[in-house]
Parts: sequence; structure tokens; C-alpha cells
Amino acid sequence: MHTLAAFFASIPFDQILIQTVNGIVTGMILALVASGLTLIFGIMDVVNFAHGELFMLGAYIGVIVIAATGSFWLALVVSSLTIAILGAALQIVALRPLIGRDPLTTILATFGMSLVLQNFALWQFGPTARRIGEPITANFQLFYLTYPWYRLLIAVLSAAIIGGFWLFLKYGKYGVWIRATTQDRVMAQAMGIPVPLVYTGVFAIGAAMAAASGVLFAPLSGVYHTMGLDWVLRAFIVVVVGGMGNLLGSVAAAIFISLLEAYASLWVSPAQAVIVSFVVLIVTLLVRPTGLFVPTPK
Amino acid sequence: MTATPIDKPMPLKTTKLSHTAVFWIGFAVVMAVLVVAPLVLPEFWRRFLTEILIWGLLAMSSDLLIGYTGMVSFGHSAFFGLGAYGAAGALLNSNPPNLWLAILAGLGGAAGAALFVAYFSTRLRDIYFAITTLIFSQIFYVIIFTWTNVTGGENGLIFSRPHFTIPFLVDMRFTSMTMHWFVLAMVTGSYLILRRVTQSPFGMVLQSIRENEARTRAIGYPVQRYKIVAVMLSGLFAGLAGALYGIQNQFAAPDFVFFVTSGDTVIFNVMGGIGTLVGPIVGAGFFQLLRELLARLFGDQFPYLIPLGLIFIAMIIFLPQGLLGFARRWLNR
Repeated sequence: MHTLAAFFASIPFDQILIQTVNGIVTGMILALVASGLTLIFGIMDVVNFAHGELFMLGAYIGVIVIAATGSFWLALVVSSLTIAILGAALQIVALRPLIGRDPLTTILATFGMSLVLQNFALWQFGPTARRIGEPITANFQLFYLTYPWYRLLIAVLSAAIIGGFWLFLKYGKYGVWIRATTQDRVMAQAMGIPVPLVYTGVFAIGAAMAAASGVLFAPLSGVYHTMGLDWVLRAFIVVVVGGMGNLLGSVAAAIFISLLEAYASLWVSPAQAVIVSFVVLIVTLLVRPTGLFVPTPK
Repeated sequence: MTATPIDKPMPLKTTKLSHTAVFWIGFAVVMAVLVVAPLVLPEFWRRFLTEILIWGLLAMSSDLLIGYTGMVSFGHSAFFGLGAYGAAGALLNSNPPNLWLAILAGLGGAAGAALFVAYFSTRLRDIYFAITTLIFSQIFYVIIFTWTNVTGGENGLIFSRPHFTIPFLVDMRFTSMTMHWFVLAMVTGSYLILRRVTQSPFGMVLQSIRENEARTRAIGYPVQRYKIVAVMLSGLFAGLAGALYGIQNQFAAPDFVFFVTSGDTVIFNVMGGIGTLVGPIVGAGFFQLLRELLARLFGDQFPYLIPLGLIFIAMIIFLPQGLLGFARRWLNR
């Protein structure tokens, strides 16, 4: 009993609150990355290994545009559009010929892309990290800490992008096309939906979401050529835990995992806190391989 | 009296060698070349060839999963790395360092990792298997990277090469030449074992899982148990490759366990041709030679992975069977 009381006394509640906010902020970014990934998987059966590299290149393009124009918001838009075009090009060149082959070949192809893109970034931008200033420097008081508004803004913007995308899927004409292709691609084709075009479009949208999250996150971490790998790994975990192809499940899983990691890093180093999300993954695979946040399959 | 028409060509009795004979003759020729190679090659290329063999062994071990069982593993770096760290641990803690003990420890380390990975990830198929093996290898990477007291953390472990010993008979220092022969013997042995395994009833079941898992289960084979054994077997040979690589280079670094090693393994497989066992070795050689060529042509700073990645993607699209794909049936007969 005594040790239990001592344990509770040792929990720093103010820090936990701060870590909760932090966890939600990174969780929303992670959700934005993972929703692109889960979208591409759900519709095309493609596990996009290059997703982290699109995230990283998005951040780099953000750096370039900010250096040229000084506007963060312009950078966000330009970077998303550029990476969307890049994504469409990649899909047309490397993935379209693989439609109808074993889905495992698409993993290999996207893995090849990620190699090329990552080394391109290393070659062009060098190994030193770049920094972007936060567009909003105002802070507010959270207990004894001053907490930057920008972090909250990231969470809100990510939520807005995901929400907007969800509405588009639900009500937009092309959103209906995308959902129809997910459900039954042969029938969708029979109804006159240009399925190959939908594939390309979906890949472009997913890429744009990755780029947007890259630019949004860049002020917090700096921009470097291997930043994609960390994110893509965690996004994979999120996508599996949330249920492949399940948008809202990914959002829930992203926040869940980021919160756990944020709490864990109160006690262990952040490098080791990653193990917590690995453990969540293992438990998920053992208990519910279809994902924690999906209804039980009948 | 009728003259025998001498100039009429006699129907020659064509002597067609059996497939087995051709296979073993080819095997002997390749072996002869590899045995003689270190005698004629300069030091740099000798080491280069030895490393190709070790990478080839790693890729060959993963071919048992990719090519024969139909499971793409993106986590072979874990087995490879734990093989190297196991060997390093044995060499640092035994006096005098013993080669065989190091290899045994490497195999033990890899087997432990493989048991863990196999138990969890064989519950899943296809893409999910690939992702979970990748994530498991990252778990081992994080552990090795942060557990500085034991693993040396970022710096890794440095040790000296053990002597080549056979109890009571031989005790000699490795030269780059004898090291090559030792590695060659190990790789050849592994190839013969793996070839035997893939042709055994067990290997047939694995191939049947690749072709149609549901049907294999319906016939009554305990599919998951077969998969677990396949992953463990594959992990053991990857661990052997790791131990050999550690002994060859005299260090074990966290980079061995990092994702890039697994990625290279998959690239070697795809380039050389999956499902052939020798293909991955050819793939490793092809990859390393191209890389060396690019480095010599354009300098060390050249981002060689850009052209290699493009070649890799092109091969997936246009040559999915790999370099040795044309001989796949023949090699497996």
C-alpha cells in the first residue's frame, strides 16, 4: 500500500497534462500522415513505403519556398501541390504497370522509390538539417510553461484537412468515385468510373497530405533527409492498429499511440518510448489482427 | 554384293547428360572458380568477393521465405545483426576467442530473435507480414542502439578476429585468403542444406503454402507451424551470415540491425531472382559490382543508390523474375 501511494505521489500530474497536449499535437500530425497511407492502401492495395519520403520532400520544398518568398502558408500550399504532382507521376511511371500483379511487388516498387527519393534529398540538400521558423510565435501560459500557439494550430489544421477530406469522400462527386472503387473496382469500372485515373488521383491526394504534414511539422523538428523513416514506421503501426483502409480508425490510433509515447517519454528516453508503440502493435496483432478501432468482423 | 554406303552419315547416338550431371558439373565449375579466385585477385577484390558471398548468404536465407514460402521479410536485418552481436559477445567474453563458439553464439542470438519474430508475425500474411517483420527489426535496433552498456550503443563492438581452429589439429591465424575459403565453405554448406530443404517434403509444403495457403490448410497441414519453422530456419542462416560478416570485419555495429540491411537483402533477392537460392548471391554480386563501378566512375560522393534504385524499379516492372529467373525451374529440379 505504501509503495502504491509512493508511486502515485511520484506521478507528475502537471507534466502529464503537458504531455497530453503534446501527444495530441503529434497525434494529429501522425493521423494526417497515416490517413494518406491508409487511403492509398485501402483503395489500391499498395503499401506505400515512399510515404515518409514524400513527407520529407514536402518539408524540403517548404524550406525552399519559405527561403524564396518568406511566407509559410504559401509554402504549405506550393509544397502540397508539387508533391501531389510528383506522387501522380510516380504512380503513373512505377505503379501503374504493376496493377494486377501480386500486391507484394508494389511494396518492392515503393521501397525502390523511397531509396531513390531519400538519396536524391541527401544529394541535393546535404546531410545537415535545415530549420524553419514557426509562422506564429505567440505563446500562452500552460501552468508554469509557456506553450506555443503554433503547436495547437498544427493540431487544428491537421484535423481540418482530415475532416475536409472526409467530407469530400462522403459528399464530393470524385469522393464517391473513390469510395465506389474501394468497394468494388470491377463494378465501378463497369459504371464508367475511370479507375486508373482514380488510382492516380488517390496517390496524389495521399502524397499531398504527407507533404502538408511535412511542412506543418518542419518547424518543430527541423528538416533532414531521413526524417521520413521514423514517421512512416509509426504511420504503418497506426494503420495496422487502426485497421487498414479505415480513416477514422487511423485518427483514433494515431492519437492513442502518440499519447502513450508522450507519457512513456516522461520516464524513459524518447528513443525508447518508440518501443511502447511497437508493443501496442504486437498486442493488436495478437488480440485483434484486423485493427483495434474497427467493429468486430462478423 | 552390296557396298555399304560409307559416306552416308550414321545416326549418331546423342549422349545427353542427365540434368543431375549437368547441375553438378556446373556447380563444380563455379566452385572451382570461387576457390581459385582469391589466389589471383588482389587484396581489395578478394575481400570484395568474400563480402559478396556473405551478403549472398543473407539474401539466400531470406529467399527461403520470399521465393519458396511467399512471405516477403523486411526484417532480416534483425537476424543478421543479432548474429553479428552474438558472435561479438562470444569473442569478447571468451579467452582465447574461439571461432566456433562465436558462430554458435551468433546462431543462438539469431535463433532467439527468429523465434520471437516468427511466433508473432506468422499470424499475418502478405503485406502485414512484411510490415510486422520490419517493425520487429526496428525494435531490436532500438534496443541495441540504446542499451549502451552491453552493445556499445552507437559505437558498436570492436573485437579481433579469432584463429581458425580444429581441436588438436589446426590452430592458425586467418588471412584474407583463408577467410575467403572459410566463408566459401560455410556458404556452400548452407546452399546445399537449403537446397536439400527446399526439395524435401517440408520444402514442398512451403511451396504449396506459397501457391495456395487456404488449400494447404484444407489438406490438413498445420500451416502456421510450417511458417514458424521456415522463419526460424531462415533466421538461422541469416544469423550465420551476420556472424561471418562480424568476424570478417571485426566489428558489430547497430547499422547491421537497421532497416537498410533488410532493404538490401530484398533488393539482392529481386535483382538476382527469387526462388532460386543462387539467384540472391548473383543479385548481391550484381548490386555490389554496380555500386563499385559507379563509385569508381563518378567518385565516392556519387549517390549510387539513385541509379541503383531506378534499376531496381525497372527490374520489378520489366524483369520480375530477376537475372536468374530464366533458370528457376532448372535450378530447382
